[in-house]
Amino acid sequence: MSDTFFTASPHWTWFIIPYFFVGGIAGGAYFIAALLQWFGRPVDRPVIRTGYSIAFWGAIISGALLTFDLGRPLRFWHMLFQSENFPSLMFKSWSPISFGAWAILLFAACAGLSMIGAWSEEGRIRAPGAKFLQSGTVLAKLIAALGGLFGFFVAGYTGVLLSVTNRPIWADSPWLGALFLASGASTGAAALMLFGRRRGASESSIRWLASFDAQALIVELVILIAFIASLWPIRQVWISFWGFLLLVGVVAAGILWPLRLHFKPAVGGEFRSHAGIVLLGGFLLRVVVLLASNSIAVHHVASGGG
Amino acid sequence: MPEAMGFFTDTTICIGCKACEVACKNWNQLPAENGGVKQLSGDSYDNTVRLSGVNWRHVKFIEQFEGPYNGRWLMMSDVCKHCVQAGCLEVCPTGAIIRTEFDTVVIQSDVCNGCRACIAACPFGVIDMNPAAGTAQKCTLCYDRMQVGLEPACAKACPTDSIQFGPITELRTRAQKRVDQLKAQGEKRARLYGDDPNGPLGGLNSFYLLVDEPEVYGLPKDPKLPSRNLQRSGTLAAASGAVLGLLALVGLRKRRMDEIGAGGEGSQN
Repeated sequence: MSDTFFTASPHWTWFIIPYFFVGGIAGGAYFIAALLQWFGRPVDRPVIRTGYSIAFWGAIISGALLTFDLGRPLRFWHMLFQSENFPSLMFKSWSPISFGAWAILLFAACAGLSMIGAWSEEGRIRAPGAKFLQSGTVLAKLIAALGGLFGFFVAGYTGVLLSVTNRPIWADSPWLGALFLASGASTGAAALMLFGRRRGASESSIRWLASFDAQALIVELVILIAFIASLWPIRQVWISFWGFLLLVGVVAAGILWPLRLHFKPAVGGEFRSHAGIVLLGGFLLRVVVLLASNSIAVHHVASGGG
Repeated sequence: MPEAMGFFTDTTICIGCKACEVACKNWNQLPAENGGVKQLSGDSYDNTVRLSGVNWRHVKFIEQFEGPYNGRWLMMSDVCKHCVQAGCLEVCPTGAIIRTEFDTVVIQSDVCNGCRACIAACPFGVIDMNPAAGTAQKCTLCYDRMQVGLEPACAKACPTDSIQFGPITELRTRAQKRVDQLKAQGEKRARLYGDDPNGPLGGLNSFYLLVDEPEVYGLPKDPKLPSRNLQRSGTLAAASGAVLGLLALVGLRKRRMDEIGAGGEGSQN
Protein backbone atom coordinates (compact mmCIF):
# COMPACT_ATOMS: atom_id res chain seq x y z
CA MET A 1 0.00 0.00 0.00
CA SER A 2 1.30 3.47 -0.88
CA ASP A 3 2.31 5.57 2.12
CA THR A 4 -0.03 8.27 0.80
CA PHE A 5 -3.01 6.20 1.94
CA PHE A 6 -2.28 7.06 5.58
CA THR A 7 -3.02 10.76 5.15
CA ALA A 8 -6.11 12.92 5.62
CA SER A 9 -8.01 14.79 2.92
CA PRO A 10 -7.87 18.61 2.94
CA HIS A 11 -11.37 18.63 1.41
CA TRP A 12 -10.54 21.10 -1.31
CA THR A 13 -13.79 20.95 -3.26
CA TRP A 14 -16.32 23.39 -4.74
CA PHE A 15 -14.30 26.58 -4.46
CA ILE A 16 -10.98 25.01 -5.41
CA ILE A 17 -12.21 23.00 -8.42
CA PRO A 18 -13.59 26.10 -10.20
CA TYR A 19 -10.50 28.03 -9.11
CA PHE A 20 -8.19 25.49 -10.76
CA PHE A 21 -10.41 25.55 -13.86
CA VAL A 22 -10.78 29.33 -14.16
CA GLY A 23 -7.11 29.91 -13.25
CA GLY A 24 -6.09 27.51 -16.01
CA ILE A 25 -8.25 29.28 -18.61
CA ALA A 26 -7.04 32.72 -17.50
CA GLY A 27 -3.38 31.71 -17.57
CA GLY A 28 -3.69 29.90 -20.91
CA ALA A 29 -5.66 32.74 -22.54
CA TYR A 30 -3.13 35.35 -21.43
CA PHE A 31 -0.19 33.27 -22.62
CA ILE A 32 -1.76 32.89 -26.07
CA ALA A 33 -2.66 36.59 -26.20
CA ALA A 34 0.90 37.53 -25.21
CA LEU A 35 2.34 35.27 -27.94
CA LEU A 36 0.04 36.89 -30.49
CA GLN A 37 1.05 40.33 -29.26
CA TRP A 38 4.72 39.51 -29.82
CA PHE A 39 4.57 37.29 -32.88
CA GLY A 40 1.07 37.70 -34.32
CA ARG A 41 -0.38 40.01 -36.98
CA PRO A 42 -2.51 43.15 -36.60
CA VAL A 43 -5.47 40.98 -37.56
CA ASP A 44 -5.07 39.14 -34.23
CA ARG A 45 -5.77 42.22 -32.09
CA PRO A 46 -9.39 41.30 -31.25
CA VAL A 47 -8.17 37.94 -29.94
CA ILE A 48 -5.40 39.63 -27.96
CA ARG A 49 -7.91 41.99 -26.35
CA THR A 50 -10.24 39.06 -25.59
CA GLY A 51 -7.36 37.17 -24.00
CA TYR A 52 -6.51 40.04 -21.69
CA SER A 53 -10.15 40.41 -20.62
CA ILE A 54 -10.53 36.69 -19.92
CA ALA A 55 -7.24 36.73 -18.00
CA PHE A 56 -8.15 39.73 -15.88
CA TRP A 57 -11.64 38.58 -14.90
CA GLY A 58 -10.32 35.03 -14.49
CA ALA A 59 -7.61 36.25 -12.11
CA ILE A 60 -10.17 38.21 -10.08
CA ILE A 61 -12.55 35.24 -9.88
CA SER A 62 -9.63 32.93 -9.00
CA GLY A 63 -8.53 35.17 -6.14
CA ALA A 64 -12.10 35.41 -4.85
CA LEU A 65 -12.62 31.63 -4.98
CA LEU A 66 -9.31 31.02 -3.23
CA THR A 67 -10.25 33.51 -0.50
CA PHE A 68 -13.77 32.12 0.05
CA ASP A 69 -12.31 28.64 0.45
CA LEU A 70 -10.23 29.69 3.45
CA GLY A 71 -11.45 28.80 6.94
CA ARG A 72 -10.79 32.46 7.84
CA PRO A 73 -11.27 34.44 4.59
CA LEU A 74 -10.43 37.81 6.17
CA ARG A 75 -6.93 36.51 6.84
CA PHE A 76 -6.19 35.93 3.13
CA TRP A 77 -3.44 38.56 3.33
CA HIS A 78 -1.49 36.35 5.74
CA MET A 79 -0.30 34.50 2.61
CA LEU A 80 1.33 37.68 1.32
CA PHE A 81 2.53 39.49 4.44
CA GLN A 82 3.76 38.30 7.83
CA SER A 83 0.76 39.00 10.02
CA GLU A 84 2.86 39.53 13.14
CA ASN A 85 5.56 41.50 11.37
CA PHE A 86 3.67 43.60 8.81
CA PRO A 87 4.71 44.77 6.19
CA SER A 88 7.42 42.08 5.90
CA LEU A 89 6.61 39.79 3.01
CA MET A 90 5.50 36.18 3.46
CA PHE A 91 7.13 34.10 0.75
CA LYS A 92 8.36 30.50 0.66
CA SER A 93 10.01 29.51 -2.62
CA TRP A 94 9.63 25.82 -1.71
CA SER A 95 5.88 25.99 -0.99
CA PRO A 96 3.67 26.11 -4.14
CA ILE A 97 0.71 27.53 -2.22
CA SER A 98 2.94 30.38 -1.01
CA PHE A 99 4.58 31.32 -4.32
CA GLY A 100 1.27 30.61 -6.08
CA ALA A 101 -0.47 33.32 -4.05
CA TRP A 102 2.15 35.81 -5.21
CA ALA A 103 1.94 34.55 -8.79
CA ILE A 104 -1.84 35.12 -8.88
CA LEU A 105 -1.41 38.64 -7.52
CA LEU A 106 1.28 39.57 -10.05
CA PHE A 107 -0.60 37.85 -12.86
CA ALA A 108 -3.74 39.83 -11.99
CA ALA A 109 -1.68 43.04 -12.04
CA CYS A 110 -0.26 42.27 -15.51
CA ALA A 111 -3.69 41.21 -16.81
CA GLY A 112 -5.22 44.40 -15.39
CA LEU A 113 -2.67 46.65 -17.12
CA SER A 114 -3.04 44.74 -20.37
CA MET A 115 -6.82 45.04 -20.17
CA ILE A 116 -6.58 48.80 -19.66
CA GLY A 117 -4.53 48.89 -22.88
CA ALA A 118 -7.16 46.80 -24.65
CA TRP A 119 -9.96 49.09 -23.46
CA SER A 120 -7.99 52.12 -24.54
CA GLU A 121 -7.56 50.55 -27.97
CA GLU A 122 -11.30 49.98 -28.20
CA GLY A 123 -12.01 53.56 -27.07
CA ARG A 124 -13.73 52.42 -23.89
CA ILE A 125 -11.42 54.53 -21.72
CA ARG A 126 -9.77 57.77 -22.67
CA ALA A 127 -7.26 58.29 -19.86
CA PRO A 128 -4.12 59.84 -21.40
CA GLY A 129 -1.72 57.31 -19.84
CA ALA A 130 -3.68 54.31 -21.11
CA LYS A 131 -2.48 54.71 -24.70
CA PHE A 132 1.01 53.65 -23.58
CA LEU A 133 -0.52 50.26 -22.75
CA GLN A 134 -2.08 49.71 -26.20
CA SER A 135 -0.93 46.72 -28.29
CA GLY A 136 2.27 47.42 -30.11
CA THR A 137 3.84 49.75 -27.55
CA VAL A 138 7.07 48.66 -25.89
CA LEU A 139 5.49 48.83 -22.45
CA ALA A 140 2.56 46.64 -23.51
CA LYS A 141 4.94 44.09 -24.98
CA LEU A 142 7.04 43.96 -21.82
CA ILE A 143 3.94 43.54 -19.65
CA ALA A 144 2.71 40.84 -22.03
CA ALA A 145 6.00 38.95 -21.77
CA LEU A 146 5.96 39.07 -17.98
CA GLY A 147 2.24 38.31 -17.73
CA GLY A 148 2.56 35.46 -20.23
CA LEU A 149 5.12 33.77 -18.01
CA PHE A 150 2.96 34.35 -14.93
CA GLY A 151 -0.05 33.10 -16.91
CA PHE A 152 1.48 29.74 -17.73
CA PHE A 153 2.78 29.61 -14.18
CA VAL A 154 -0.73 30.13 -12.75
CA ALA A 155 -2.13 27.48 -15.11
CA GLY A 156 0.49 24.90 -14.11
CA TYR A 157 1.38 25.60 -10.49
CA THR A 158 -1.98 24.27 -9.26
CA GLY A 159 -0.96 20.80 -10.42
CA VAL A 160 2.48 21.19 -8.82
CA LEU A 161 0.72 22.29 -5.63
CA LEU A 162 -1.23 19.03 -5.57
CA SER A 163 1.94 16.99 -6.18
CA VAL A 164 3.68 18.73 -3.28
CA THR A 165 1.43 17.05 -0.71
CA ASN A 166 1.28 13.54 0.70
CA ARG A 167 -2.16 12.66 -0.70
CA PRO A 168 -2.99 9.62 -2.86
CA ILE A 169 -2.95 10.25 -6.64
CA TRP A 170 -1.61 13.82 -6.25
CA ALA A 171 1.68 12.94 -4.57
CA ASP A 172 1.98 9.61 -6.38
CA SER A 173 2.65 11.24 -9.75
CA PRO A 174 4.91 14.10 -10.91
CA TRP A 175 2.76 14.80 -14.00
CA LEU A 176 -0.04 16.93 -12.56
CA GLY A 177 1.69 20.29 -13.11
CA ALA A 178 2.34 19.45 -16.77
CA LEU A 179 -1.19 18.09 -17.19
CA PHE A 180 -2.89 21.18 -15.75
CA LEU A 181 -0.65 23.44 -17.80
CA ALA A 182 -1.53 21.64 -21.04
CA SER A 183 -5.19 21.73 -20.04
CA GLY A 184 -4.84 25.46 -19.32
CA ALA A 185 -3.50 25.95 -22.86
CA SER A 186 -6.31 23.95 -24.49
CA THR A 187 -9.11 25.52 -22.42
CA GLY A 188 -7.56 28.99 -22.81
CA ALA A 189 -7.56 28.59 -26.61
CA ALA A 190 -11.13 27.25 -26.46
CA ALA A 191 -12.29 30.25 -24.41
CA LEU A 192 -10.63 32.59 -26.91
CA MET A 193 -12.45 30.86 -29.78
CA LEU A 194 -15.73 31.10 -27.90
CA PHE A 195 -15.50 34.75 -26.83
CA GLY A 196 -13.17 36.09 -29.53
CA ARG A 197 -15.84 36.15 -32.22
CA ARG A 198 -17.94 38.58 -30.20
CA ARG A 199 -15.03 41.04 -30.29
CA GLY A 200 -14.56 40.66 -34.01
CA ALA A 201 -11.88 37.96 -34.22
CA SER A 202 -10.89 37.22 -37.81
CA GLU A 203 -11.23 33.84 -39.54
CA SER A 204 -7.45 33.66 -39.72
CA SER A 205 -7.10 34.08 -35.94
CA ILE A 206 -9.85 31.56 -35.18
CA ARG A 207 -8.32 29.00 -37.54
CA TRP A 208 -4.95 29.38 -35.85
CA LEU A 209 -6.55 29.09 -32.41
CA ALA A 210 -8.37 25.91 -33.45
CA SER A 211 -5.14 24.46 -34.79
CA PHE A 212 -3.22 25.35 -31.60
CA ASP A 213 -6.06 23.97 -29.49
CA ALA A 214 -5.85 20.63 -31.28
CA GLN A 215 -2.09 20.52 -30.69
CA ALA A 216 -2.56 21.37 -27.01
CA LEU A 217 -5.17 18.60 -26.72
CA ILE A 218 -2.72 16.08 -28.19
CA VAL A 219 -0.03 17.20 -25.73
CA GLU A 220 -2.61 16.95 -22.92
CA LEU A 221 -3.57 13.43 -24.01
CA VAL A 222 0.06 12.28 -24.05
CA ILE A 223 0.64 13.74 -20.58
CA LEU A 224 -2.61 12.23 -19.31
CA ILE A 225 -1.45 8.79 -20.46
CA ALA A 226 1.90 9.35 -18.68
CA PHE A 227 -0.01 10.49 -15.57
CA ILE A 228 -2.21 7.39 -15.50
CA ALA A 229 0.78 5.11 -16.21
CA SER A 230 2.70 6.68 -13.31
CA LEU A 231 -0.17 5.70 -11.00
CA TRP A 232 0.08 2.01 -11.92
CA PRO A 233 1.11 0.97 -8.35
CA ILE A 234 -2.18 2.39 -7.00
CA ARG A 235 -4.32 1.57 -10.05
CA GLN A 236 -7.17 0.39 -7.82
CA VAL A 237 -8.11 4.04 -7.22
CA TRP A 238 -9.55 4.17 -10.75
CA ILE A 239 -11.98 1.32 -10.11
CA SER A 240 -14.54 3.89 -9.09
CA PHE A 241 -16.93 6.47 -10.47
CA TRP A 242 -13.96 8.81 -10.88
CA GLY A 243 -12.18 6.33 -13.14
CA PHE A 244 -15.32 6.13 -15.28
CA LEU A 245 -15.62 9.93 -15.43
CA LEU A 246 -11.93 10.23 -16.37
CA LEU A 247 -12.37 7.83 -19.25
CA VAL A 248 -15.71 9.03 -20.56
CA GLY A 249 -15.84 12.71 -19.54
CA VAL A 250 -12.20 13.77 -19.82
CA VAL A 251 -10.59 11.45 -22.39
CA ALA A 252 -13.47 10.55 -24.71
CA ALA A 253 -15.67 13.66 -24.53
CA GLY A 254 -13.14 16.32 -23.54
CA ILE A 255 -10.15 15.35 -25.70
CA LEU A 256 -10.89 12.70 -28.37
CA TRP A 257 -14.25 14.13 -29.51
CA PRO A 258 -12.99 17.70 -30.10
CA LEU A 259 -9.92 16.26 -31.86
CA ARG A 260 -12.23 14.31 -34.14
CA LEU A 261 -14.23 17.48 -34.82
CA HIS A 262 -11.01 19.30 -35.63
CA PHE A 263 -9.55 16.75 -38.00
CA LYS A 264 -12.89 15.74 -39.54
CA PRO A 265 -14.98 18.93 -39.62
CA ALA A 266 -17.53 17.15 -41.82
CA VAL A 267 -18.60 15.15 -38.74
CA GLY A 268 -20.50 18.26 -37.75
CA GLY A 269 -20.04 20.97 -35.22
CA GLU A 270 -18.36 24.30 -35.52
CA PHE A 271 -15.78 26.10 -33.48
CA ARG A 272 -18.33 27.02 -30.84
CA SER A 273 -19.36 23.46 -29.99
CA HIS A 274 -15.73 22.34 -30.28
CA ALA A 275 -14.70 24.98 -27.74
CA GLY A 276 -17.58 24.16 -25.41
CA ILE A 277 -16.61 20.49 -25.26
CA VAL A 278 -12.96 21.33 -24.59
CA LEU A 279 -14.00 23.59 -21.70
CA LEU A 280 -16.25 20.86 -20.27
CA GLY A 281 -13.39 18.35 -20.50
CA GLY A 282 -11.03 20.75 -18.73
CA PHE A 283 -13.52 21.23 -15.91
CA LEU A 284 -14.11 17.49 -15.53
CA LEU A 285 -10.35 16.90 -15.41
CA ARG A 286 -10.14 19.06 -12.27
CA VAL A 287 -13.25 17.41 -10.81
CA VAL A 288 -11.77 13.93 -11.28
CA VAL A 289 -8.28 14.78 -10.00
CA LEU A 290 -9.54 16.60 -6.90
CA LEU A 291 -12.44 14.38 -5.90
CA ALA A 292 -10.80 11.02 -6.69
CA SER A 293 -8.15 11.80 -4.09
CA ASN A 294 -10.58 13.43 -1.64
CA SER A 295 -12.72 10.30 -1.69
CA ILE A 296 -9.85 8.25 -0.25
CA ALA A 297 -10.30 8.60 3.49
CA VAL A 298 -7.60 8.22 6.10
CA HIS A 299 -6.65 4.55 6.54
CA HIS A 300 -9.00 3.10 9.15
CA VAL A 301 -7.31 0.50 11.34
CA ALA A 302 -10.23 -0.80 13.40
CA SER A 303 -12.14 -4.01 12.81
CA GLY A 304 -9.27 -6.29 11.97
CA GLY A 305 -7.09 -3.70 10.29
CA GLY A 306 -4.14 -6.04 10.68
CA MET B 1 18.18 26.71 24.88
CA PRO B 2 16.04 23.89 26.28
CA GLU B 3 16.70 20.40 24.91
CA ALA B 4 14.38 18.63 22.48
CA MET B 5 11.37 17.20 24.29
CA GLY B 6 8.80 14.68 23.18
CA PHE B 7 6.75 11.56 23.75
CA PHE B 8 7.69 7.90 23.81
CA THR B 9 4.52 5.81 23.54
CA ASP B 10 4.86 2.18 24.58
CA THR B 11 1.83 0.61 22.91
CA THR B 12 2.31 -2.71 24.74
CA ILE B 13 1.09 -1.24 28.02
CA CYS B 14 -1.74 0.91 26.67
CA ILE B 15 -5.03 -0.36 28.12
CA GLY B 16 -7.29 1.76 25.91
CA CYS B 17 -8.79 3.73 28.81
CA LYS B 18 -8.74 6.96 26.75
CA ALA B 19 -7.79 9.03 29.80
CA CYS B 20 -5.26 10.79 27.53
CA GLU B 21 -8.01 11.77 25.07
CA VAL B 22 -10.14 13.19 27.87
CA ALA B 23 -7.22 15.04 29.52
CA CYS B 24 -6.24 16.54 26.16
CA LYS B 25 -9.74 17.75 25.35
CA ASN B 26 -10.15 19.09 28.85
CA TRP B 27 -6.85 21.01 29.08
CA ASN B 28 -7.03 22.40 25.54
CA GLN B 29 -10.75 23.20 25.84
CA LEU B 30 -11.55 21.38 22.61
CA PRO B 31 -15.22 21.50 21.64
CA ALA B 32 -17.56 18.53 21.50
CA GLU B 33 -18.82 17.27 18.16
CA ASN B 34 -22.40 16.74 17.05
CA GLY B 35 -23.77 18.83 19.92
CA GLY B 36 -22.17 16.49 22.45
CA VAL B 37 -24.20 13.50 21.25
CA LYS B 38 -21.71 10.71 20.66
CA GLN B 39 -21.96 8.93 17.34
CA LEU B 40 -20.92 5.28 17.36
CA SER B 41 -18.39 4.08 14.81
CA GLY B 42 -20.40 0.89 14.33
CA ASP B 43 -17.41 -1.35 13.62
CA SER B 44 -15.26 -0.96 16.71
CA TYR B 45 -15.29 -0.28 20.44
CA ASP B 46 -13.38 2.87 19.47
CA ASN B 47 -15.79 5.69 18.73
CA THR B 48 -13.31 8.58 18.34
CA VAL B 49 -12.27 6.90 15.06
CA ARG B 50 -9.48 9.32 14.09
CA LEU B 51 -7.45 12.35 15.03
CA SER B 52 -9.15 15.61 14.11
CA GLY B 53 -9.24 19.32 14.80
CA VAL B 54 -11.17 18.63 18.00
CA ASN B 55 -9.48 15.35 18.98
CA TRP B 56 -5.75 15.91 19.25
CA ARG B 57 -5.26 12.52 20.96
CA HIS B 58 -6.82 9.32 19.69
CA VAL B 59 -6.44 5.86 21.18
CA LYS B 60 -6.56 3.47 18.25
CA PHE B 61 -8.09 0.06 18.86
CA ILE B 62 -6.65 -2.44 16.40
CA GLU B 63 -8.80 -5.52 16.67
CA GLN B 64 -7.00 -8.49 15.12
CA PHE B 65 -9.47 -11.33 15.40
CA GLU B 66 -10.17 -14.48 13.40
CA GLY B 67 -13.38 -15.66 15.04
CA PRO B 68 -14.74 -14.59 18.43
CA TYR B 69 -11.97 -15.95 20.66
CA ASN B 70 -8.86 -16.15 18.49
CA GLY B 71 -7.06 -12.83 18.33
CA ARG B 72 -5.60 -9.87 20.13
CA TRP B 73 -6.11 -6.19 20.73
CA LEU B 74 -3.44 -3.67 19.89
CA MET B 75 -3.90 -0.23 21.39
CA MET B 76 -2.01 2.86 20.52
CA SER B 77 -2.49 6.41 21.72
CA ASP B 78 -1.89 8.38 18.53
CA VAL B 79 -0.90 12.03 18.35
CA CYS B 80 1.06 14.53 16.23
CA LYS B 81 4.56 13.15 15.66
CA HIS B 82 6.30 16.55 15.97
CA CYS B 83 8.56 15.53 13.06
CA VAL B 84 12.10 16.90 13.08
CA GLN B 85 11.55 17.65 9.37
CA ALA B 86 7.86 18.57 9.37
CA GLY B 87 5.89 18.54 6.11
CA CYS B 88 3.19 20.82 7.56
CA LEU B 89 5.72 23.46 8.57
CA GLU B 90 7.37 23.20 5.16
CA VAL B 91 4.25 24.03 3.12
CA CYS B 92 2.42 26.44 5.48
CA PRO B 93 2.05 29.65 3.41
CA THR B 94 1.25 31.97 6.33
CA GLY B 95 4.06 31.10 8.74
CA ALA B 96 1.43 29.94 11.24
CA ILE B 97 3.29 26.69 11.88
CA ILE B 98 6.43 27.16 13.93
CA ARG B 99 9.11 25.08 15.61
CA THR B 100 9.36 25.87 19.31
CA GLU B 101 12.38 26.03 21.58
CA PHE B 102 11.50 22.45 22.65
CA ASP B 103 11.85 21.23 19.01
CA THR B 104 8.09 20.65 18.84
CA VAL B 105 5.77 21.84 16.05
CA VAL B 106 2.93 24.22 16.91
CA ILE B 107 0.17 25.85 14.81
CA GLN B 108 -0.49 29.46 15.86
CA SER B 109 -4.25 29.69 15.59
CA ASP B 110 -4.24 33.48 15.36
CA VAL B 111 -2.01 33.38 12.25
CA CYS B 112 -3.52 30.36 10.43
CA ASN B 113 -6.06 31.30 7.74
CA GLY B 114 -7.44 27.80 7.20
CA CYS B 115 -5.98 27.10 3.73
CA ARG B 116 -5.58 23.42 4.68
CA ALA B 117 -2.26 22.91 2.86
CA CYS B 118 -0.82 21.39 6.05
CA ILE B 119 -3.59 18.78 6.17
CA ALA B 120 -2.63 17.44 2.75
CA ALA B 121 1.08 17.69 3.56
CA CYS B 122 1.09 15.72 6.82
CA PRO B 123 2.27 12.14 6.07
CA PHE B 124 0.35 10.82 9.09
CA GLY B 125 -3.09 12.39 8.60
CA VAL B 126 -2.79 14.18 11.93
CA ILE B 127 -3.98 17.72 11.19
CA ASP B 128 -7.59 18.71 10.62
CA MET B 129 -9.78 21.78 10.74
CA ASN B 130 -11.34 22.87 14.00
CA PRO B 131 -14.80 23.98 12.80
CA ALA B 132 -15.25 26.30 15.78
CA ALA B 133 -12.01 28.19 15.08
CA GLY B 134 -11.96 27.93 11.27
CA THR B 135 -8.26 27.07 11.47
CA ALA B 136 -6.17 23.92 11.22
CA GLN B 137 -5.32 22.45 14.61
CA LYS B 138 -3.42 19.60 16.20
CA CYS B 139 -1.49 18.64 19.34
CA THR B 140 0.82 21.39 20.62
CA LEU B 141 2.56 18.97 22.99
CA CYS B 142 0.95 21.25 25.59
CA TYR B 143 3.30 24.11 24.74
CA ASP B 144 1.65 26.27 27.40
CA ARG B 145 2.28 23.65 30.10
CA MET B 146 5.86 23.01 28.95
CA GLN B 147 6.68 26.71 29.19
CA VAL B 148 5.97 26.57 32.94
CA GLY B 149 7.71 23.24 33.50
CA LEU B 150 4.64 20.98 33.48
CA GLU B 151 4.35 17.76 31.50
CA PRO B 152 1.63 17.51 28.81
CA ALA B 153 -1.85 16.69 30.07
CA CYS B 154 -2.07 13.32 28.28
CA ALA B 155 1.21 12.01 29.74
CA LYS B 156 0.16 13.26 33.19
CA ALA B 157 -3.17 11.44 32.94
CA CYS B 158 -1.88 8.14 31.50
CA PRO B 159 -2.38 5.54 34.28
CA THR B 160 0.08 2.96 32.88
CA ASP B 161 2.85 5.30 31.68
CA SER B 162 2.24 4.13 28.14
CA ILE B 163 2.76 7.80 27.22
CA GLN B 164 6.10 8.98 28.57
CA PHE B 165 7.27 12.56 28.28
CA GLY B 166 10.82 13.87 28.56
CA PRO B 167 14.02 14.80 26.74
CA ILE B 168 14.17 12.86 23.47
CA THR B 169 17.67 11.48 24.05
CA GLU B 170 16.60 10.03 27.42
CA LEU B 171 13.40 8.63 25.95
CA ARG B 172 15.33 6.87 23.17
CA THR B 173 17.59 5.12 25.67
CA ARG B 174 14.59 4.10 27.77
CA ALA B 175 12.70 2.87 24.70
CA GLN B 176 15.61 0.71 23.49
CA LYS B 177 15.86 -0.93 26.93
CA ARG B 178 12.14 -1.72 26.78
CA VAL B 179 12.51 -3.29 23.32
CA ASP B 180 15.38 -5.45 24.58
CA GLN B 181 13.28 -6.47 27.60
CA LEU B 182 10.32 -7.47 25.41
CA LYS B 183 12.53 -9.43 23.03
CA ALA B 184 14.06 -11.26 25.99
CA GLN B 185 10.52 -12.15 27.09
CA GLY B 186 9.80 -13.65 23.65
CA GLU B 187 8.04 -10.76 21.88
CA LYS B 188 10.30 -10.85 18.84
CA ARG B 189 8.19 -8.37 16.85
CA ALA B 190 8.93 -5.50 19.24
CA ARG B 191 10.41 -2.52 17.40
CA LEU B 192 10.66 1.25 17.63
CA TYR B 193 9.01 3.53 15.08
CA GLY B 194 10.36 7.03 14.48
CA ASP B 195 13.22 6.93 16.99
CA ASP B 196 16.06 7.12 14.45
CA PRO B 197 17.39 10.67 13.93
CA ASN B 198 18.90 9.43 10.65
CA GLY B 199 15.62 7.81 9.57
CA PRO B 200 12.58 9.23 7.75
CA LEU B 201 11.85 12.92 8.48
CA GLY B 202 14.96 13.16 10.67
CA GLY B 203 13.17 11.19 13.38
CA LEU B 204 9.93 11.84 15.20
CA ASN B 205 9.77 13.69 18.50
CA SER B 206 6.77 11.52 19.29
CA PHE B 207 7.89 7.95 18.63
CA TYR B 208 6.41 4.54 19.32
CA LEU B 209 7.13 1.01 20.44
CA LEU B 210 5.14 -1.34 18.20
CA VAL B 211 4.71 -5.12 18.10
CA ASP B 212 3.62 -5.40 14.46
CA GLU B 213 4.22 -3.72 11.12
CA PRO B 214 3.63 0.08 11.16
CA GLU B 215 0.82 -0.24 8.60
CA VAL B 216 -1.16 -2.36 11.08
CA TYR B 217 -1.25 0.68 13.36
CA GLY B 218 -2.19 2.99 10.49
CA LEU B 219 1.33 4.41 10.21
CA PRO B 220 3.18 4.81 6.89
CA LYS B 221 6.28 2.63 6.54
CA ASP B 222 8.38 5.39 5.00
CA PRO B 223 6.85 8.84 5.65
CA LYS B 224 8.19 11.54 3.35
CA LEU B 225 8.29 15.31 2.98
CA PRO B 226 5.88 16.76 0.39
CA SER B 227 8.70 18.79 -1.19
CA ARG B 228 10.21 15.59 -2.64
CA ASN B 229 7.98 16.14 -5.69
CA LEU B 230 8.61 19.86 -6.19
CA GLN B 231 11.59 19.73 -8.53
CA ARG B 232 10.35 16.86 -10.72
CA SER B 233 6.81 18.20 -10.99
CA GLY B 234 7.99 21.75 -11.64
CA THR B 235 10.48 20.62 -14.31
CA LEU B 236 7.86 18.58 -16.16
CA ALA B 237 5.41 21.50 -16.04
CA ALA B 238 8.06 23.88 -17.39
CA ALA B 239 8.96 21.38 -20.14
CA SER B 240 5.33 21.04 -21.21
CA GLY B 241 5.04 24.84 -21.24
CA ALA B 242 8.11 25.05 -23.49
CA VAL B 243 6.67 22.43 -25.88
CA LEU B 244 3.33 24.27 -26.09
CA GLY B 245 5.05 27.62 -26.62
CA LEU B 246 7.14 26.13 -29.41
CA LEU B 247 4.09 24.58 -31.05
CA ALA B 248 2.31 27.94 -30.94
CA LEU B 249 5.27 29.72 -32.53
CA VAL B 250 5.63 27.11 -35.28
CA GLY B 251 1.89 27.42 -35.94
CA LEU B 252 2.14 31.21 -36.20
CA ARG B 253 5.06 30.95 -38.60
CA LYS B 254 3.20 28.42 -40.73
CA ARG B 255 0.18 30.72 -40.88
CA ARG B 256 2.37 33.60 -41.95
CA MET B 257 3.94 31.52 -44.71
CA ASP B 258 0.50 30.36 -45.86
CA GLU B 259 -0.83 33.93 -45.89
CA ILE B 260 2.17 35.23 -47.81
CA GLY B 261 1.65 32.40 -50.29
CA ALA B 262 -2.05 33.27 -50.62
CA GLY B 263 -1.65 37.05 -50.86
CA GLY B 264 -1.96 37.81 -47.13
CA GLU B 265 -5.13 38.39 -45.20
CA GLY B 266 -3.21 39.60 -42.15
CA SER B 267 -1.30 42.32 -44.00
CA GLN B 268 -4.56 44.11 -44.81
CA ASN B 269 -5.28 45.10 -41.20
